[in-house]
Amino acid sequence: MEKVTLTVNGFTQSVLVESHETILDTLRNRLNLTGTKKCCDEGTCGSCTILMDGKPVLGCLTPTLRCVGKEILTIEGISSGESLHLVQKHLVKSLGLQCGFCTPGVVMTAIPFLEENPHASRNEIKESLSGNLCRCTGYKKIIDAVENAAEEMRS
Amino acid sequence: MTGAIGKPTPYIDAVQKVTGQAMYADDYKFPNMVYVSCLRSTESHAKIKSLELKKAEASPGVIAIVTGKDIPVPFGVLSISRDETAMAIEKVRYQGEIVAAVAAETIEAAEAGVKLINVEYEPLTEFFTPQDSLKTCTPDEQIHAHTKDHKNIHKTAELRFNEPEKELETAKHKQTGEFKFAGVTHGFTEPHSAVAMWNGDETLTIISATQVPHYLQKNLSKVLGLPLHKIQVKKPVLGGGFGGKSDPFPHEMIVSFLSKKIKRPVKCTFSREEVFITHHGRHPTEINMSLSCDAGGKITALDADIIIDGGAYGSFGVVTSYYNGVLLQGPYEINKFGFRTRRTYTNKHQCGAMRGHGAVNPRYAVETLLDMMAHNMKMDPCDLREKNFLSEHSSTVGEFRITSNGIRDCIAAVRKKSDWDSRYGKLPYGHGLGVACGFFISGSALPILWNRYPQTVVHAKLDFDGRIVMFSGASEIGQGSDTLLVQIAAEELGIPMDFVQVEVADTKTTPVDLGSYSSRVTFMVGNAAKTAASNIRNEMVKAISKEKDTTAESLIFRNGRIFTKDKSLDITWEEGVEMAMAGRGAFVESGFYISPKLGGNFKGAGAGLSPSYSFGAFISEVEVNPKTGETNVIKVWGAHDCGKALNPLAVEGQIEGSIHMGLGQTMSEEMRYKNGQQLNANFFDYRIPSSLDTPDMDVTIIESNDPEGPYGAKEAGEGPIHPVLPSIGNAVFDAVGVRMMELPITPDKVLKKIKENV
Repeated sequence: MEKVTLTVNGFTQSVLVESHETILDTLRNRLNLTGTKKCCDEGTCGSCTILMDGKPVLGCLTPTLRCVGKEILTIEGISSGESLHLVQKHLVKSLGLQCGFCTPGVVMTAIPFLEENPHASRNEIKESLSGNLCRCTGYKKIIDAVENAAEEMRS
Repeated sequence: MTGAIGKPTPYIDAVQKVTGQAMYADDYKFPNMVYVSCLRSTESHAKIKSLELKKAEASPGVIAIVTGKDIPVPFGVLSISRDETAMAIEKVRYQGEIVAAVAAETIEAAEAGVKLINVEYEPLTEFFTPQDSLKTCTPDEQIHAHTKDHKNIHKTAELRFNEPEKELETAKHKQTGEFKFAGVTHGFTEPHSAVAMWNGDETLTIISATQVPHYLQKNLSKVLGLPLHKIQVKKPVLGGGFGGKSDPFPHEMIVSFLSKKIKRPVKCTFSREEVFITHHGRHPTEINMSLSCDAGGKITALDADIIIDGGAYGSFGVVTSYYNGVLLQGPYEINKFGFRTRRTYTNKHQCGAMRGHGAVNPRYAVETLLDMMAHNMKMDPCDLREKNFLSEHSSTVGEFRITSNGIRDCIAAVRKKSDWDSRYGKLPYGHGLGVACGFFISGSALPILWNRYPQTVVHAKLDFDGRIVMFSGASEIGQGSDTLLVQIAAEELGIPMDFVQVEVADTKTTPVDLGSYSSRVTFMVGNAAKTAASNIRNEMVKAISKEKDTTAESLIFRNGRIFTKDKSLDITWEEGVEMAMAGRGAFVESGFYISPKLGGNFKGAGAGLSPSYSFGAFISEVEVNPKTGETNVIKVWGAHDCGKALNPLAVEGQIEGSIHMGLGQTMSEEMRYKNGQQLNANFFDYRIPSSLDTPDMDVTIIESNDPEGPYGAKEAGEGPIHPVLPSIGNAVFDAVGVRMMELPITPDKVLKKIKENV
């Protein structure tokens, strides 16, 4: 076990982790941040997407030791329980979710994408979500939601 | 409708889900909890010669190890095929079957323990194709001892009406096809997970990712020898099911047995590979089907011989066998009709129920043959279908009662929106349009386990705080059933939705519901919820009309107020609640649903019976590159008759999700095996469509207003998948002139056909 200092959702703390452990397991099992989902655990589905220094990474492929000294942001850090991010708001409103299991990963992918690409076209939004598997919605309402969020962010 | 019903309504649990606060099974953690890892068979069909546990037992952190002999009672979702045990006993029947389970202080310690177990196998003859399983073998080679005539046939389902074979022998217009469908799997995102706890009062609580808490309770009772009243099954937020979580599962038996044995909470969560191995998906299917028409295009007969590859265990297979045939009786009127389905056991992952249960593959066959017929008779494929639709309030040859039926509106809608009449058959080479129709049950009229109870009961509770709580066993699996319960109560009582909350899917606190499968929830639970809420209203009306001296009929409940038309009485909801509860306090009202008696008096007459059927018509547009064989679905127009859209957002979501899943099966998904081992047990190699593969979708909701559905509603979750697949296949024909008789339609198959065609 190694003692590491992690900054997650703005809070810095020390955690004992295995050297081979992924940040996904550290978040879920040691920090009790279960909003980040484990769907495939092999980098195929995007459900465990989190932000490292503002960039989306797959939690299941990222060793915890590589997160030391970085700002980690998870789904729990997005709305802080107060107001929903526009991406979240539109996912709720347009039913861009059904079972909701892929949703945290979708949110964590769409937010940095729209921040970098506020004028993204529908096709670009589609492309940006291509690493997030969803089995319920057929993606249409997810794409609609992200498009609507982009529009509201611009206005 | 003046309230919440019929309005696009976001899900009541959506904020929880979108903020990561929703609790799925694996998110639950309890003090002193232990973790389970499973040892899985490396052989497809073999005797277990020896099982050596000593080293594993001594491994650090290991608390207990269980094997098949510890939990020997067989179980299964259907009482007629309880052929599975929690772990293999004496022999294994597929690669990946659980042989032993290790419980340890951490998941790592459990996994380390599993590696220290030694198993010796003695190989038996392996059966990997249904053709192998249809042959006679020695008793020792039989996958299950109970199959007849020393063959590995699990079930033969056959029904025949009015000698279709005679008609087909002499028919002038006849089409015959041999079709082949790869097995596909649900691909839900949340892996199976269950946590069991043995409570201080000698009862069991299990939190499990299940679509069927009631059947799990029943099977746990049998397997553990524990009375039903000592078992609490709770379904947490569930990450997708599509039929893949509608059986009781071995790991649920294992964690329950272990928690009782070691008196600690026990959790087991599967890896994605284990989810693929557990499977229970759509059966690999081979169909030989013939269809005939008279000179005017009226269908005269249909006959099908179907083989489905069931894998190692029964699951829903008996029902699947029937559904492959009986669900061909609509949406067209076919008076000479027959089928035989044989379900074989093979040494592969077991198959079961998956969205559109049993009818998806044969629907592809029917709709393809109809398209071939239209082409051959030089008729428009839409026209040919329209000549044959069952009418409203009619009956099928197998005595299905048809009530509402919006199929004509469905086909008219997609025909118009896709500009079919001016584009079909006229697009440039490589571009094509295809049409197909379908229908599906709104729940089975007969319960799986025969009893005299209703199929569902809902309780509505009113208390001093003015809040309505709807208690229902219905399992929210992403389809929106919790939201539906709230909408219905709000509608009946004329109150805002935030006055209504739900307690659901907990066999200790909620009345029995059979589960979220066979598209039964909206119709059955919806009806029960409506009755329960309207009974609350009746009680309030009684009290208010007595106290205020008005007639009961004159009271209107709307917008959080209760008033008479002339407003001589106009009180708030809270005032009404106070009057209703005076002298009696909080009360509960109940509603239930039980299907009317339906169907004929012959063996097999119960299969496919439903109080109502949904209908649909879809048109797909594809682009095929004739040089590479690559097929791209550009747009899908889908019209589905759901009776009445109680929540149009949810209905659209179901139709769009069906397009996704139908697209996957048609274009890319396939359970691939070599010598019994799955070659693609991951999302890299098992390709479900991504956002980039998603075609444009144009969804039309048709409301035929069912006479018995709640507010006229019927199902929308499974019916829409049926037309998707054949509409794509037929579009490929329109594009490049080749008939795709095998799914998935991969580029190599298209290219081969195009080359043969030249």
